Amino acid sequence: MDTSTALYLTMLIPTVAMAGNMVFADRENLRDGITFLCAVLTFAYVLVILCNVGNGTTAELRLFEVVSGLSIAFHVEPLGLMFALIGSGLWIITHIYGVGYMRGNNEQHHARFFACFSIAIAAVMGIAFASNMFTLFVFYEILTLSTYPLVAHKGTPEAVKGARTYLGILIGTSIALLLTGVIWTFTIAGTLDFTKGGILEGKITPTLLPVLLGLYAFGIGKAALMPFHRWLPAAMVAPTPVSALLHAVAVVKAGVFTMLKVGIYIFGIDFLASTGASEWLMWLAAYSIIAASVVAMTKDNLKARLAYSTVSQLSYITLGMALATSMGALGGGMHIAMHAMGKITLFMCAGSIYVAYHKTEISQMQGLGRIMPITFGAFLIGALSIIGLPPLGGSWPKFLLMLGAADAGHLIIIGVLMVSSLLNIAYLLPVVGRGFFRPATDSKLPKTFAEAPLLVWLPPAITAVGCIVLFFYAGSIQNFLLPIVSN
Amino acid sequence: MIYLDFIIGHLNYWLFIVLMMTGLYIVVARGNLVKKIVGLNIFQTAVFMLYISIGKVTGGTAPIYPVDNQGHMQVDPSIIYSNPLPHVLILTAIVVGIATTSLALALIIRIREVYDTIEEEDILEIERKLSAADNKTHGPAMGGRA
Amino acid sequence: MSAADPHYVAKTFMDHLPILQVVIPLISAPLIIFIGNRKLAWIIAMIASAAAFVIACLMLAQVKDGSFISYHIGGWAPPLGIEYRIDALSAFVLMLISGIATIVLPYAYTSVKSEIPKRLHTLFYALFLLCLTGLLGMVATGDAFNVFVFLEISSLSTYVLVAMGAGKDTRALTAAYDYLIMGTIGATFFVIGLGLLYMTTGTLNIADLADRIANQGANRTVQAAFTFIVVGMGLKAAMYPLHHWLPNAYTYAPSAVTTFLGATATKAAIYVLLRFMFSVFSPGFHFEDWTLYLIFIPFSLLAMFAASFVAVFQTNLKRMLAFSSIAQIGYMLLGIAMLNATGLSASIVHLVNHGMTKAALFMGVGAMVLYSGSAFFDNLNGLGRKMPFTGAAMVAAGLSLIGVPGTAGFISKWVLVQAAFENGWWIIAIAIMLSSLLAVIYVWRMFEVLYLTAPAEDCTATDPPLPMLIPMLILAFACIWFGFDTELTLGSARVAAEGLLAGSAGMAH
Repeated sequence: MDTSTALYLTMLIPTVAMAGNMVFADRENLRDGITFLCAVLTFAYVLVILCNVGNGTTAELRLFEVVSGLSIAFHVEPLGLMFALIGSGLWIITHIYGVGYMRGNNEQHHARFFACFSIAIAAVMGIAFASNMFTLFVFYEILTLSTYPLVAHKGTPEAVKGARTYLGILIGTSIALLLTGVIWTFTIAGTLDFTKGGILEGKITPTLLPVLLGLYAFGIGKAALMPFHRWLPAAMVAPTPVSALLHAVAVVKAGVFTMLKVGIYIFGIDFLASTGASEWLMWLAAYSIIAASVVAMTKDNLKARLAYSTVSQLSYITLGMALATSMGALGGGMHIAMHAMGKITLFMCAGSIYVAYHKTEISQMQGLGRIMPITFGAFLIGALSIIGLPPLGGSWPKFLLMLGAADAGHLIIIGVLMVSSLLNIAYLLPVVGRGFFRPATDSKLPKTFAEAPLLVWLPPAITAVGCIVLFFYAGSIQNFLLPIVSN
Repeated sequence: MIYLDFIIGHLNYWLFIVLMMTGLYIVVARGNLVKKIVGLNIFQTAVFMLYISIGKVTGGTAPIYPVDNQGHMQVDPSIIYSNPLPHVLILTAIVVGIATTSLALALIIRIREVYDTIEEEDILEIERKLSAADNKTHGPAMGGRA
Repeated sequence: MSAADPHYVAKTFMDHLPILQVVIPLISAPLIIFIGNRKLAWIIAMIASAAAFVIACLMLAQVKDGSFISYHIGGWAPPLGIEYRIDALSAFVLMLISGIATIVLPYAYTSVKSEIPKRLHTLFYALFLLCLTGLLGMVATGDAFNVFVFLEISSLSTYVLVAMGAGKDTRALTAAYDYLIMGTIGATFFVIGLGLLYMTTGTLNIADLADRIANQGANRTVQAAFTFIVVGMGLKAAMYPLHHWLPNAYTYAPSAVTTFLGATATKAAIYVLLRFMFSVFSPGFHFEDWTLYLIFIPFSLLAMFAASFVAVFQTNLKRMLAFSSIAQIGYMLLGIAMLNATGLSASIVHLVNHGMTKAALFMGVGAMVLYSGSAFFDNLNGLGRKMPFTGAAMVAAGLSLIGVPGTAGFISKWVLVQAAFENGWWIIAIAIMLSSLLAVIYVWRMFEVLYLTAPAEDCTATDPPLPMLIPMLILAFACIWFGFDTELTLGSARVAAEGLLAGSAGMAH
């Protein structure tokens, strides 16, 4: 199939899924079936693109021009293709999980929920394949707006308040800072096309470069760089499938993906390295890594703990960009995939515990591991992957990041990464430990094996296996991503 | 006495400024709605005066050539002509002024029917109460989401 | 047609478009009163404004390449005769005004029935057309005094239209009275300015004025004239410290009137400001530069922040939108003050984009008021869910007001910020963005009230009848459409801005 057709279809099919949900709002099996089919098709078309293009970069496909020099346009390049693969692949799994969760948990307004979910996926595809910053920005905002109803889904005062924080920070940073940065870039460079080696070299005075980088780094609120990370814990009021796919994978990854894109294709890694403009960002990211991990340890609510863990892990990717070495950028890119797989597992496990026994606090989870061994087993694998232990996928990007830090000559950063791994152990493993080794405190719990519904426990089990598989394919991912840094 | 010349030579402007400021002051300072309109009229009239006074053209002539038998122009410098254009303009402005005044008076009548007063302070007081009542009924609901 | 021919006589129908633009609504207004039939009144008004819209589009098509049409009234050549001059800017604004009028009328048909006593309906349509005449005339004419006359035609009819809201809330009367006082002072200031200009140049034709001022250079009289004109028009345009009349007038006027005024009245005043600042006084006139830098920039920044801030705390949706209008006018004036082609096109394109956006929002509020009785937020609880299409239109327009990508508002904001960067004013660029965050807050408050609160138990609200709904949806769709296709809006604005910056075309003979 023609690559361009497939590319448009990846954005069109989720839109069809949205329409399907709106039209068949009352027939839930048909509706969920259509969405599932759409998810599979979307993934299939991304695979078609993968087969056609491999890790090459296609020419720009211009949909239409909005203002002269600014067009909605798409292309395929390795980083975006990888992001699209993750987004669409995990959509299938999350959809299955979401159906199980929403039904098992008696949530309301299923049609609206899945409709917004589908738009969010369409926006993710748009972000992944955007060939210029303008297109990316448009889809970035669509993603923010389409996930707002998902966060506010329950309609309770806490949900409304959380959603307000969510939207306030994301829209606020993107309009006040990111858009300013984008327009500034457009004014000085005359283009916003993603170009290898960047578009800014020689067009901006080195003193202003850190300012512009700051506009981007803080403006991309979805990357949850401190101090603009508050929306992530606030968004945890959303139903768990949303937290799992969107706030562990799609939305936050859209943020760090944008960050990498900006670093690699707008500023250019070499330009950043030669001017040292990103050094401050590196230290901020390092701070963010440690601080968020420390906060995570204080949280008893499992989803809140995972949210702060996400804040910390996202900064790995920002750090990878800010190191301004090719190893760092590669490590950052690979971490998008690895962390996605690990974190979605953890979130789905948290949801599974909630569906089965309505437990949200870690202190209440004692003894649950014996009753729900699959869920807790998956959690353990996901946790180990996040920590970065072989033979799990999460170990590779950390290794690459350390290499990158060594290349850049920042030994302290290596130390930060080490400390962070220890902190990860400290806040993730106790959850598993309590589940398996402490006796149950709640007498109402059953004594024997009693898992959550099949549709709820199966998806995390699959992604847990995925974490292991990814370990062995890390080499191919690295080769796949290599063109983004090599000249 | 160059200053005196300056002052006398610009007499029409001085008068215009005095009248204009008087009118504007009345509009701002008076509380009675009708008096405000009177002030507005004085203000507008001042502008009419300005226009008319600049219409005098010393040594000018109407755009009709007074030609004698030999075909030479005959302009009598002792005659002060008036430029017709400002007069025409002001005729229009006067009409506008009348329309404004009548509309304002009509509004005042309606205001008096409703509020039973034409004193600005009283009206403001009544409206303040209305707004306070609005805020009382509709305000608290907004408290949570302001 | 050619302006280069001094002895040109209008012959064909197409030649007469500039005057027909103004005369059709002008004649229709008394016609409505003579016929005195409510249904016919609406039909006549509709035909007249639709005709005006078609004419405006035809003229825009002619002048979009940067040329202009000069029409001599009665065949008298300017500067002695009165000239109507249509260039890209005026045709663009004419199209906005007549387009909004055409789209508001079907809406007004239903809305007026519920808000204005029956016996006043014919008068309403007559006044509506007069107001339209005035606004179109202000834009179409090439004669400075004519601007004043049309300004007063539109203002006087506006005062009455605002006062027609008295049936619902008596404060409409005092709002109209305040507006009358302020408006008259503004218009009189404008006339004083014209008088001073006439004094030093002896002409009132805008192009001729420009030529003569350029020839004789600036003196104190010209400076005084400039000041009077800017203050006078600033009052009509609700420029920040002179905006006092606007919130009450918009809040208490009938919905259809608010919609029409909010989208057009201040815009026409801004057009006149642009015309005088760039066509009459050339941008090289230093006094003007300083006015722009020292007066316009601080006040427009103040407007953007202060008015938006006040909007956040309003309890009445209509009033909130009124304050937001003041803030948006700040953006337009800021664009003018940038004094570069990009900034000017930002102002002009925002003129139109904001016109559509605000019209859609005010229509939405009007439709909700139909059921809720008032525009107070607590009466609108949950109405977005009860009235899905109205709600959707308001969401689209609300997003455009914020300037979310993919909406018309985004385009204007983009161009405005770009202009700021072109001048190297990156602090101002950031200020623009920060102030739009305030817009996020107040628009989001509206969304939360409309969607996230529970509607009243006995709420029977449904979407309004189609004549009200369709105009609203068209405008909402336009808000989205012009966020992607900027060929018409931004394209025309660019041509207009370049025309303005090139200074006056002069008398061209």
